[in-house]
Amino acid sequence: MIFLDHLINGLSLGSIYAIIALGYTMVYGIAKMLNFAHGDVIMVGAYIAFCGLQYWGFPPVLAILVAMVACTILGITIEGLAYRPLRQAASLAVLITAIGVSYLLQNIALMIWGANPKSFPTTFINGSSIRLGQLNISTATIITILANVVIMVGLTLFTSKTKLGKAMRCVSEDRGAAELMGINVNRTISLTFAIGSALAAIAGILLCSSYPILQPTTGSMPGIKAFTAAVFGGIGSIPGAMLGGILLGVIEIFGKAYISTELGDAIVFAVLIIVLLVKPAGLLGKPMREKV
Amino acid sequence: MSENNPNAAVREQDLPLLKVKDLHVYYGAIHAVKGISLEVHEGEIVTLIGANGAGKSTTLNTIAGLLKPRQGSIVLGGVPVDGTGASKMVYKGLSLCPEGRRIFQHMTVRENLEMGAFSRPREEIEASLEDVFGRFPRLKEREKQIGGTLSGGEQQMLAMARALMSRPKLLMLDEPSMGLAPILVDQIFSIIEEMHNSGVTILLVEQNAQMALSVANRAYVLETGAISMSGNAAELLQNDDVRKAYLGS
Repeated sequence: MIFLDHLINGLSLGSIYAIIALGYTMVYGIAKMLNFAHGDVIMVGAYIAFCGLQYWGFPPVLAILVAMVACTILGITIEGLAYRPLRQAASLAVLITAIGVSYLLQNIALMIWGANPKSFPTTFINGSSIRLGQLNISTATIITILANVVIMVGLTLFTSKTKLGKAMRCVSEDRGAAELMGINVNRTISLTFAIGSALAAIAGILLCSSYPILQPTTGSMPGIKAFTAAVFGGIGSIPGAMLGGILLGVIEIFGKAYISTELGDAIVFAVLIIVLLVKPAGLLGKPMREKV
Repeated sequence: MSENNPNAAVREQDLPLLKVKDLHVYYGAIHAVKGISLEVHEGEIVTLIGANGAGKSTTLNTIAGLLKPRQGSIVLGGVPVDGTGASKMVYKGLSLCPEGRRIFQHMTVRENLEMGAFSRPREEIEASLEDVFGRFPRLKEREKQIGGTLSGGEQQMLAMARALMSRPKLLMLDEPSMGLAPILVDQIFSIIEEMHNSGVTILLVEQNAQMALSVANRAYVLETGAISMSGNAAELLQNDDVRKAYLGS
């Protein structure tokens, strides 16, 4: 029973990592850059939802929607102001800019909301729990896992069936050839940031519903771990982000439960190193090949 | 000059479909294209031949909007198009089948073709697919196959078919025979001739000068970024200088 409990907790935490990892992996796949500010967009999303619930008296669904819209705008703005001017620049310059944006967001949050941790309010997400035999599953867990499944199915359908989704795959594979088809690359990259950031808002709210302490650095560690999950699953691959996120969450919870609480994070990263030694492209990553 | 009035210009019969004038392109400090002027008339196949590094692909990429010229003008169907980005050129009726094929390796043949029609309304795509499958029956057989699993020759066919899907006024082909076995080269050139016979206007860049000159109406010979000779393709094929430099005899 305890084993099952840990497994469910692992799936829930892993689902949050998976949703965040999607943002990393999509942006990497399409814009070929690591957006290290992604973790902090999560934090901003959580703060906005917090304000909506706590100060503005929004119903939870409205608070979530407002946080998503705000993060979408934030993501597009970051891309347009910080990354677009560097489209032709060396990838190292873009990486450093992303780290800069990350600190900028954290410090703006520090200015607005202060350093004291806020306690994320109780909503329908984390309000109660369901008993299943001897298992006690919180609604936050169930909603997190369900949200992950819905997002994954939605994104898969979007990229495989819709014209815009297919255009995204084209840009991801060959930006020049995509332009020759008539695809507006800048607009496609903006769209990617918009989707990734809206998902970040959802991830932030889910994260704070399960672990209700909110401070300006709330996004950093989950951000780094989700990035790890994206690499683990094969960066650039949407199913890879899903698989990597879930596995990482499960490994983390099991590691903490059965091996060592203190070493939980170390175990996660050790697993990543081992996987990358064996499969450098990640679990589902595809090494590119050229036909002659 | 009549080009100044786009509406009058398109109606005029003898006006070229594509008119490039005094084009200069740089890669940083390197002056890759040094004042090229050329014309393509409706219904023609025109070829640009020349050695490696003569500026052939650079010229095509500049016309397609992938590179920005430092100087010169590009007029398509009477409308100036220089400075138009690559993604907008398709909407103006120009399609480039790029060097090295550049098909979408992870997409199916059908998806590749659909992306070729990205610029066109959804309801027209099915008819274009039929048309393209009629020209390339091999692609019809491979419709559901992933692009990266096709052979080199099939990938070249897919790249040309994809470029046709936008129903271009002018189709530009960059080295379509590159890296293909001789028998496939013949096949690709007969497809080019068929496309021409069905009314597609083509600007062809080739290193295989023999083949290119034998299918083209007119040709320009490029040497280190400038045009050294131009004229009727059949005549250039007999020209001694051309034979010595590009045909190995």
